[in-house]
Amino acid sequence: MFDLSPAESTAILLSLKVASIATLVATPFGIALAWLLARRDFWGKPVLDALVHLPLVLPPVVTGYLLLLAFGRRGLVGGWLADNFGVVFAFRWTGAALACGLMSFPLLVRPIRLSIEAVDRRLEQAASTLGAAPWRVFATVTLPLALPGVLAGMVLGFAKAIGEFGATITFVSNIPGETQTISSAVYSLIQTPDGDSAAARLVVISIVIAMAALIASEWFARRATQRLHGN
Amino acid sequence: MLRVDVTKQLGEFSLQAAFESQGRVTGLFGASGAGKTSLVNIIAGLLRPDRGVIALDGETLDDTSAGVHVPPHRRRIGYVFQDARLFPHLDVRQNLDYGRRMNRLAADPAQRARITALLDIGHLLERRPGQLSGGERQRVALGRALLSKPRLLLLDEPLGSLDEGRKGEILPYLMRLRDEGIPMVYVSHDAAELRQLATQIVVLKNGRVTALGGVRVLA
Repeated sequence: MFDLSPAESTAILLSLKVASIATLVATPFGIALAWLLARRDFWGKPVLDALVHLPLVLPPVVTGYLLLLAFGRRGLVGGWLADNFGVVFAFRWTGAALACGLMSFPLLVRPIRLSIEAVDRRLEQAASTLGAAPWRVFATVTLPLALPGVLAGMVLGFAKAIGEFGATITFVSNIPGETQTISSAVYSLIQTPDGDSAAARLVVISIVIAMAALIASEWFARRATQRLHGN
Repeated sequence: MLRVDVTKQLGEFSLQAAFESQGRVTGLFGASGAGKTSLVNIIAGLLRPDRGVIALDGETLDDTSAGVHVPPHRRRIGYVFQDARLFPHLDVRQNLDYGRRMNRLAADPAQRARITALLDIGHLLERRPGQLSGGERQRVALGRALLSKPRLLLLDEPLGSLDEGRKGEILPYLMRLRDEGIPMVYVSHDAAELRQLATQIVVLKNGRVTALGGVRVLA
């Protein structure tokens, strides 16, 4: 059963690439936003908070359509990026990564925010009396102590990105070798006569990837917690 | 020389304190709730006064009428908290080095050896804060503050979280520090402790300074 066809392994590798890039690019933004939401009060904070969570509650097809309007070749942002930087998202794997990154963003931000909120501010005060400027307090105290949450957020975001379907297929379609991830490949296969066994293989593989991600996140979280609580 | 003349409203509580201290060890004495910690936090820059002036050795650190507020990390004022606040993700050596690194001071192995010997913490360097006793933690916190080479050291009930036996263990180290000559503000509600350590006393009651002078005012 596990002789994968070239098309199937292409879809698996593409999914891994898209989800990894989406997670790695989204993480710095996620950390910055999580810190803002956890540690700062400012005008419009509830709106920003709602915006971050929007992809979680909007129908994915709506998010995909909005992405198409904004980042399509004739979209406001997409046209500008294509003309000035030659960066194209529409119907490319980069677009799939953008859609996956956006859809998984709320899941990435939440654990990071919670873990930053849990960092003892008295330790940050101690660091500042020892001469650490605010950004160095963040880099040497807040971020290391929030690391289990950052890793948990990355794993959750990655798992969500691997499974993303609606926004991706709406924004970048279902092009084998370019934008056909595991999800869209399964979707195509179950609509094809005789596609059942190939679909089953991909289903098993997505279960394995998801389980591995969850186990890895538990392991990371435990390791990081041990390291932090110093015994 | 430390000059303090500030007011601060904290909910129902109002702090209004003015004193000047030439003493090497200024003892800030008062019951819990008298405003000692708030005052020390203002001196450290962690809390901004509503109105007033904080000046250290002629440098203005806070002056609300001139809009001056030097942030804590630029004050070079060391702070030893009642609860030590060691960084749990760093070992003792890294905790001790933290202030030196943040102030971009050159490594000074002789100074570190002297302080670790003075506080008797040389055998703890590889440990994590979670593996230290309360007394050891407080000694490391003292060393960490000293190694950032502060101009003034604030100690907020450094013995407060320790039982009687442990207090007796730390007190001699504090007396050695005093004899090193680094200026200190030492906060305590324990008159006996201050009699042993302080050279000048500020008595704080309900957010007001009620007495100033030598250790005799504790009587």
